[in-house]
Amino acid sequence: MARKFLFSFPDDGPIVTPSGSCAAMVKHGYPVLFRDEPPMLARARAVGERIYELSQYLVDVLGVTDPKSDFSGTVTYHDSCHLRRGLGVVSAPRKLLRAVPGVEFIEMEESDRCCGFGGVFSLKNPQISCKMTERKVERILATGASYVTSGDLGCLLNIGGLISRIGYPVKAIHLAEILAGKTAGKGDAG
Amino acid sequence: MEVNANAFGRNARKALLDKALQVALGRTTERFLAHRDAAVAAFPEFEGTRERASRIKLDVLDHLDTYLLRFIEEAEKRGAIVHVARDAAQAREIATRIARDEGVTLAVKSKSMASEEISFNEALQGAGVTVVESDLGEFIIQLAGEAPSHIIAPAVHKSRQEISSLFERHLGGPRTDSIPELVGMARRHLRAKFLSAGMGVSGGNFLVADTGSVVLVTNEGNGRLGTVLPRTHLAVVGIEKVIPRMSDLPTFLRLLPRSATGQAISSYVSIVTGTRRAGDPEGPERMHILLLDCGRSAILEGKYREILKCVRCAACLNVCPVYQSVGGHAYGWVYSGPIGAVLTPLLVGLAEAVALPDASTLCGACADVCPVKIPLPDFLLELRSDIREQGLKTPGEIAAMKGYAGVMQRAGLLEAIERIAGVLGQFFTKGKGIGGLPYPFSGWTERRDFPAPAALPFRKQWKIRRGVTR
Repeated sequence: MARKFLFSFPDDGPIVTPSGSCAAMVKHGYPVLFRDEPPMLARARAVGERIYELSQYLVDVLGVTDPKSDFSGTVTYHDSCHLRRGLGVVSAPRKLLRAVPGVEFIEMEESDRCCGFGGVFSLKNPQISCKMTERKVERILATGASYVTSGDLGCLLNIGGLISRIGYPVKAIHLAEILAGKTAGKGDAG
Repeated sequence: MEVNANAFGRNARKALLDKALQVALGRTTERFLAHRDAAVAAFPEFEGTRERASRIKLDVLDHLDTYLLRFIEEAEKRGAIVHVARDAAQAREIATRIARDEGVTLAVKSKSMASEEISFNEALQGAGVTVVESDLGEFIIQLAGEAPSHIIAPAVHKSRQEISSLFERHLGGPRTDSIPELVGMARRHLRAKFLSAGMGVSGGNFLVADTGSVVLVTNEGNGRLGTVLPRTHLAVVGIEKVIPRMSDLPTFLRLLPRSATGQAISSYVSIVTGTRRAGDPEGPERMHILLLDCGRSAILEGKYREILKCVRCAACLNVCPVYQSVGGHAYGWVYSGPIGAVLTPLLVGLAEAVALPDASTLCGACADVCPVKIPLPDFLLELRSDIREQGLKTPGEIAAMKGYAGVMQRAGLLEAIERIAGVLGQFFTKGKGIGGLPYPFSGWTERRDFPAPAALPFRKQWKIRRGVTR
């Protein structure tokens, strides 16, 4: 899959993904996968240089200060582990959220604590995973926000899944949906 | 200690249902963490010190033989007798021989995780020597017949009420729930043991090569008492604990207590250098140092060598959301949390502990706090790939991963599946989440919904939009 990915995009220009863990995998994981194959390693490194998570690309590369979104609502933000620790993206999504006039942004406690997804972890250890997700959702609910957003689809799938099951009055949506505005997305993500 | 690491899933589920354990775990790990964070914030040199400590440890790993030989030479010059054990069986044999030769019938022991690796207490007790744990936490779990569930707080899983019951049953006297009174009961009981023991057993946080010293970092003073009162002192220490120079010690002493308990320095730091000399007011007349290899030199040769930098501060346990959820016993051997998930497979064999590298979301919190910068998440991932390469994955899992990769590499196939899933999803779920997926997803959907596939897959929408805008 990694091999295929490395040849799936044009040879120059940025590659933007709405998921921090995907970008982190390409940037940090691929060079490990191809450490014994110098030509592929070079390619993995080159592609890794060009890959960005969405908010990182918008703020750090394009310098967007006004996303021009008409989204409105109270929003809290969950730091995806791979986006925050893997790519060091902390302020970009917050800057974007604060720049949307209709968004009231509320920080949650422990925003950088893992939500419990962890890919295969949540299949192999679903009870531990859920325990972690419950704590995350408690922190989300404590903010009173109507929306929780993040820069990672895995986290949103997981957090949104628990919210949906219990029927909590909060919705997990992707940052891109907020940036697109209230008319654009009906919130399939999460 | 018997290895039960592959029962991680079952043990974890049990732990999740144990209400008392959950309360105790939450309270302790959060307190440790809050203190650790405050101590690090109040110590601006933390990053630089961490970097220096990591470099010193890397140098040790590069020249472990040299530093060990120097340590042995210096320690023996000062009257200690140094033994090296290749494996746990040999270590037990040496330890029991020492106890027998020294005529010991009662030993007091301060906290030592390395001694757990070799089932030290069981070995000595088998040879007729009574071993009494003198660290309060270790004392409690010894009474309960349990193993430590945390590197520095071994009885973290025990509630005050459980401890009251244990003390009432084993120490006699009126039942009390007062912590000072409970501590008093343990102290009175242990003081008598200290005074009559023929041997004090300790671990060792550091071995200083240029002075032959064993360094003990403790808070209760039991380590010091046990090394000065009894006639003989036996230190059981892993070979990787050696540091080159006494002048390197402050670097580690700045990091270890801060990372472990949030203290700027622990209540006691004891530096035991050789046997008592003429004119010394105290100190052991006889000193043995038992160095444990027990799989360490094999680790040193491989790609996980940096795990040997570990100073056993347990910060990675406290910060790990998985450890916080299930506690230490779930990991099924001596070490738990992220360090255990890496170290256990390396020390006992990957096949005996295949469940552990998966016991992590790879969130990276452990690497953030590690005072010697061990890349724990990278090692967990690497171990997962070793599991596959050594043929230890189940056929079902291999097939699932192959199937997934196969679909993901074929855009047409993926699109077809997305279209079918979209239609079925909308039909069956009416746009709501999916509540009950079959195995292996059943656990996932037990308490969570899986989102229904979109009617129109993203890639399709993308194509349509591009068509419109061009």
